Amino acid sequence: MKKSPNTISNNKTTALTAAVTRVMPPFIAVAAILLFWNWLSGSGAMPSYMMPSPASVCRAFANDWKILWENAATTLGEAGIGLALGIAASFVISVLMDAWKPLYNALYPIVIVSQTVPSIAIAPLLTLWLGFGTTPKIVLIVITTFFPITVGLLDGFKAADPDALRLMKSMGAGPVKRFIHIKLPYSLGYFFSGLKISVAYSIVGAVISEWLGGSSGLGVFMTRLRKSFAYDRMFSLIIFISLISLLLMLAVIILKWLIMPWERRNRSASTKG
Amino acid sequence: MALLKTENISVSFDDKKIIQDVSIELRKGELVSLLGISGSGKSTLFNVIAGLIVPDSGRVLLNGGDITGRSGFLSYMLQKDLLLPYKTIVDNVALPLTVRGVRKSEARRRVMAHFEEFGLSGTERKYPNQLSGGMRQRAALLRTYMFSDEVALLDEPFSALDAITKSNMHDWYLNIMKRIKLSTLFITHDIDEAILLSDRIYILGGAPAGIIEEIVIDKNDVRDPDLLLSENFLTYKKTIISVLSR
Repeated sequence: MKKSPNTISNNKTTALTAAVTRVMPPFIAVAAILLFWNWLSGSGAMPSYMMPSPASVCRAFANDWKILWENAATTLGEAGIGLALGIAASFVISVLMDAWKPLYNALYPIVIVSQTVPSIAIAPLLTLWLGFGTTPKIVLIVITTFFPITVGLLDGFKAADPDALRLMKSMGAGPVKRFIHIKLPYSLGYFFSGLKISVAYSIVGAVISEWLGGSSGLGVFMTRLRKSFAYDRMFSLIIFISLISLLLMLAVIILKWLIMPWERRNRSASTKG
Repeated sequence: MALLKTENISVSFDDKKIIQDVSIELRKGELVSLLGISGSGKSTLFNVIAGLIVPDSGRVLLNGGDITGRSGFLSYMLQKDLLLPYKTIVDNVALPLTVRGVRKSEARRRVMAHFEEFGLSGTERKYPNQLSGGMRQRAALLRTYMFSDEVALLDEPFSALDAITKSNMHDWYLNIMKRIKLSTLFITHDIDEAILLSDRIYILGGAPAGIIEEIVIDKNDVRDPDLLLSENFLTYKKTIISVLSR
């Protein structure tokens, strides 16, 4: 049956209202925080250089735009290399652990426990051992990004439907084919959940390791700003780092959307037969 | 000669005998049911035939050749369609071919040729979650057929479907089975379904389980539009119930 134009426009209005009511609350919350912040910095409760106003932070953001990106290039480079190595390492290890049970039993507790080691604590040690160059920074990023992805992949391999594995076996598929057709695709969703966390970790890891030394990078820049009491610029830098992390997480979501078309939301069961 | 045959199969788990001395056979073009209550060892026997469980004793013969404990000869289909959510229908159905090493494009071409016959036209590029239960079972059946075009092993394939879809699937299956010359070994706990579909019914019972009765269904008796209400149907049903409750 055809819907009358009237119902369609009604549906549109209700959809719009629903969208507005969903989107509005966070906007209101952010606006409230900004207003409170603005009031706090103007109230004189704290010296204005320690508690810069939102407006001055925005100005700093605009003025530093070029410097921010120059330093971001270094940081993103380190994070990218570290993340790539971290993914490669976790892939190799998790496949081996999945293939060989004793290795799984031996390493799984270590993988879990090591996730609780704070990266801030090991960064100075890595600098002590490996110097002030890029190496300790990349090693730290590899360490921090390795675990979420490894845990994700291992859980993913475990989530593979045992009946599907048995069916593949009955079709004569060996371990490699069972892995490629069943375990690997089943683990993709878990992999992307791990990757989303790891991408954010990689930026944080890079910044922390740069605090300890280096010639450029967002962490180095942050240390300089802190030492020169330029807190408005430091606030803008913190916001910049958050934005980069958010954009990277968004990139992971888009990547997942592209690679896993069967998970797209609006693919409803439209063809009943 | 029997197409598929088991000879004195016995299986035990943890020293407990599950099935003992089961000998059944499936001839060309037949649909034979294994009927038994839940936990009667039907699925164990099925796994033995599919080559996933090695029996303590006995043999499984396909066309006279011994395939005991060897998978890769017969494929089966379960109540769960086991279509992989991340593959399109055409790739799901082509899986038995790609596993065998057939190139993807070639595998797709070969399975596409059967889509119309199986009532799956238009679903090629869809994902399983976009299909209804009946369609998914048909796709799963085509996948089974792509693996082995002689024998289909079906383990309660229609029991998760609603009554109307199930009834449609029964008609459809009997029809297509004849057209593609498929022989079927069918597991069920549903007496009506067994009588409706089968040429013969093996009733599995006892502990450890064995074949306690073999019933031949005369298809001329039951090809009646009001089959479920017919005299003959009820006679078969009474016999089976009395065997099962012995």
